[in-house]
Amino acid sequence: MSTTSQELDQKQAVTTLRRKDLLGIAELSPGEIELILDTAEAMKEVGTRPIKKVPALRGKTVINLFYEPSTRTRTSFEIAEKRLSADTLNIAIGTSSVVKGETLADTALNLEAMSPDMIVLRHASSGACHFLSRVCRSAIINAGDGMHEHPTQALLDAFTIRERKKKLAGLKIAIVGDLLHSRVLRSNIHLLTKLGADVWVCGPPTLIPTDIRRFGVTATSAVEEAVRDADVIMLLRIQLERMEGAYFPSLREYFRVFGMTEARMHLAKSDVMIMHPGPMNRGVEIASEVADGPYSVILDQVANGVAVRMAVLYLLAGGAEHEEAA
Amino acid sequence: MPVVMDADRIGRTLTRIAHEIVERNKGTDDLALVGVRTRGVPIARRIARTLREITGQDIPTGSLDITLYRDDLMRHAVGPQPLVRKTDIQFSIDNRKILLVDDVLYTGRTTRAALDALIDYGRPKAIQLIVLVDRGHRELPIKADYVGKNLPTAPEESVQVRLLEIDGEDEVVLETGGGA
Repeated sequence: MSTTSQELDQKQAVTTLRRKDLLGIAELSPGEIELILDTAEAMKEVGTRPIKKVPALRGKTVINLFYEPSTRTRTSFEIAEKRLSADTLNIAIGTSSVVKGETLADTALNLEAMSPDMIVLRHASSGACHFLSRVCRSAIINAGDGMHEHPTQALLDAFTIRERKKKLAGLKIAIVGDLLHSRVLRSNIHLLTKLGADVWVCGPPTLIPTDIRRFGVTATSAVEEAVRDADVIMLLRIQLERMEGAYFPSLREYFRVFGMTEARMHLAKSDVMIMHPGPMNRGVEIASEVADGPYSVILDQVANGVAVRMAVLYLLAGGAEHEEAA
Repeated sequence: MPVVMDADRIGRTLTRIAHEIVERNKGTDDLALVGVRTRGVPIARRIARTLREITGQDIPTGSLDITLYRDDLMRHAVGPQPLVRKTDIQFSIDNRKILLVDDVLYTGRTTRAALDALIDYGRPKAIQLIVLVDRGHRELPIKADYVGKNLPTAPEESVQVRLLEIDGEDEVVLETGGGA
């Protein structure tokens, strides 16, 4: 945990994002993360105006290339791009040449021949964004790659926590659910530990990755232990579509043992925040009373997603040009 | 590094501008102050304070960040993106006379950006421009309504406004360019 470069950049405020792509949280320094969160605060104000649009990315073209279904993330990126005046287009695999057998690299290079400035990629394979960033000149933003990372989700989660709690350092954050298949978990672990939170992860033993403790988190299968005195409880979706075997007896059994009920929630601090990246399986990882209850910030997370994505798009738009110039 | 305005002079100048505002607008009805970040904001607050002393009325005061409206964003390889700060205008600007406040008027490009930004918040009845220093060299047809000090400068010179709230002291300094 003693990374001197991280300590260094916390002393002098980071004011720029000197990178072409946002591939994951793993590569970011704490200072860069805080720069994105600070910029997102300014971007959030844009969404409160009568005219919700600023000219910052005028003339920039952004392609949203989604190889997996998505409602929230794709819409959120599109709104963020439009509020910054970028020209956007959405490509969903169902209607594209991918169904005719085109590879990811070929699709991307063909799109790139039309000179977009940024490509937002969601893909089922871990590492797809890293691969594309080596092939493409455009800035690549990871909107979720397989079981690897979902950086903008972690950033909006951190933004939402910071907005309420004013800080992340020292908070007890319990993440409960399908740890094995979750890219949201991986990005969140990187981000929350970099900013000094006390991260607990919890799920059935079959869904806990073996090396998870290496990332500086506490892992347990006792949900009561994970949520006791927690400042934040984050639920993760049980990703049935990524499961090939039987990881637990049944969804009802899962809910009985791990589901977030009001009784379990009350073990946490009295001002606990309940978070979920969506889409929710009500009655599986979370009870409806909790999801819709007064402690839930699930819809705030969605609202903040737009501001955080605006910040990322804005900061990367400068970073890419800088790199070319240098 | 000649000091062109000291703390006393800045104080007297802002008091004079406050009186000019009252005279020109026949009072302070429908007025609001909007400072351009960073140094326009404390200047706007000081003028609001003086206006309260003169008229007994509170003038709504806000701050405007123009970064997202700059005309040099993305235009050439200017390096990394400038930092965006929050705009904070807690009142409707519709049908108000907005007094836009900045520290230095130079090319006029910041003011152009500020006008565009303001218009996105509504339709003010009028916008008047207040600057502490007008150093000339306009590149756009923009003129200030209230000027603290007209300061003839060479393009390679730079005008540094330092304010108590941000820099710990009040002064305006003319720095010669080229050397340090």
